[in-house]
Amino acid sequence: MNQLVTCKNLTKRYGSKLALDNVSLSLESGKIIGLLGPNGSGKTTLIKILNQLTSPTSGEVLVAGNPLCVQTKSLISYLPDRMYLGNWMQVSDAINFFSDFYTDFDRSRAQDMLAKLNIRLSDTIRAMSKGTKEKLQLILVMSRRAALYCLDEPIAGVDPAARDYILSTILNNYDPDASILISTHLISDVENILDEVIFIRNGSVVLQSAVDDLRIQKGKSVDHVFREVFKC
Amino acid sequence: MTWKLTSDRPIYIQLVEKLQFDIITGIYRPGEKLPSVRDLASEASVNPNTMQKALAELERGGLVYTQRTAGRFVTDDQALIRHISMELAASHIREFISTMRQFGMSDHEILNLIEEIMKEEIK
Repeated sequence: MNQLVTCKNLTKRYGSKLALDNVSLSLESGKIIGLLGPNGSGKTTLIKILNQLTSPTSGEVLVAGNPLCVQTKSLISYLPDRMYLGNWMQVSDAINFFSDFYTDFDRSRAQDMLAKLNIRLSDTIRAMSKGTKEKLQLILVMSRRAALYCLDEPIAGVDPAARDYILSTILNNYDPDASILISTHLISDVENILDEVIFIRNGSVVLQSAVDDLRIQKGKSVDHVFREVFKC
Repeated sequence: MTWKLTSDRPIYIQLVEKLQFDIITGIYRPGEKLPSVRDLASEASVNPNTMQKALAELERGGLVYTQRTAGRFVTDDQALIRHISMELAASHIREFISTMRQFGMSDHEILNLIEEIMKEEIK
């Protein structure tokens, strides 16, 4: 397996607050990886660094062997934990936007998925429900042919049926050569689709393991192990 | 979602068991072509890598085989299917006997009860 992402001694401080504390980890290609931790553990900070929305205080990140730069951005498709498309946009505007920005964007794939959900190209984002907005963003992000997908809380705040839709969209668009990093604290919903998990607490990695190994070793679900590790 | 999976046991093992069950019970017939990894994974709502691992495991046991370009097929070896179904039956019976013993029943009582219930069902 190739190393897709390598983080070495990654530290991020916000003022006196330590968001990431000397994190070293690597992500292989061809895996679906869960980045799991309670609120404020550093999940979003790590994903933001990978996407160059913030820079580490110290440490190094390599993506496909290269330090972070414009080229590595083109390899990573990012779903932020908030809506970032303008409220005034129509679906067709958002599609044009993606198509303009990303050469690896597959317009017809996005249009097919939107059609199946009865989302029209003329629909305005302002008029959409939260769940529909999340689905739209996910469809756009998953319609890129990237090497790494960083999905920050893709299922938070939507109903269980929408969650199922989102997870099946992730699986059905998953290219076996690509990797997906999913951050969430809703573990029981995602654990059956993961290859690997990374537990993160107070900015440190406390565990990285293949999920089935973890189940064999502990005889418990990942959700159960998480509750033990992060017991308050 | 038609595949019942629990999260406290390795998923690939549960997939192996489910596919074995479907082959033994004839949902997939001897010599029949299996759906693609992607379709099976999608049906089970699991990661294609996990489904791949389960199919590789079945292949090791000889229950399915890959034909280089055509895909994956159920074995034609009826004796092997029969053998695996006997193994599975034995393991179910062992589990059953162990539960009955926990209920405090003697082996004689267990056998009598089985016979009695089977007779009732015939009527």
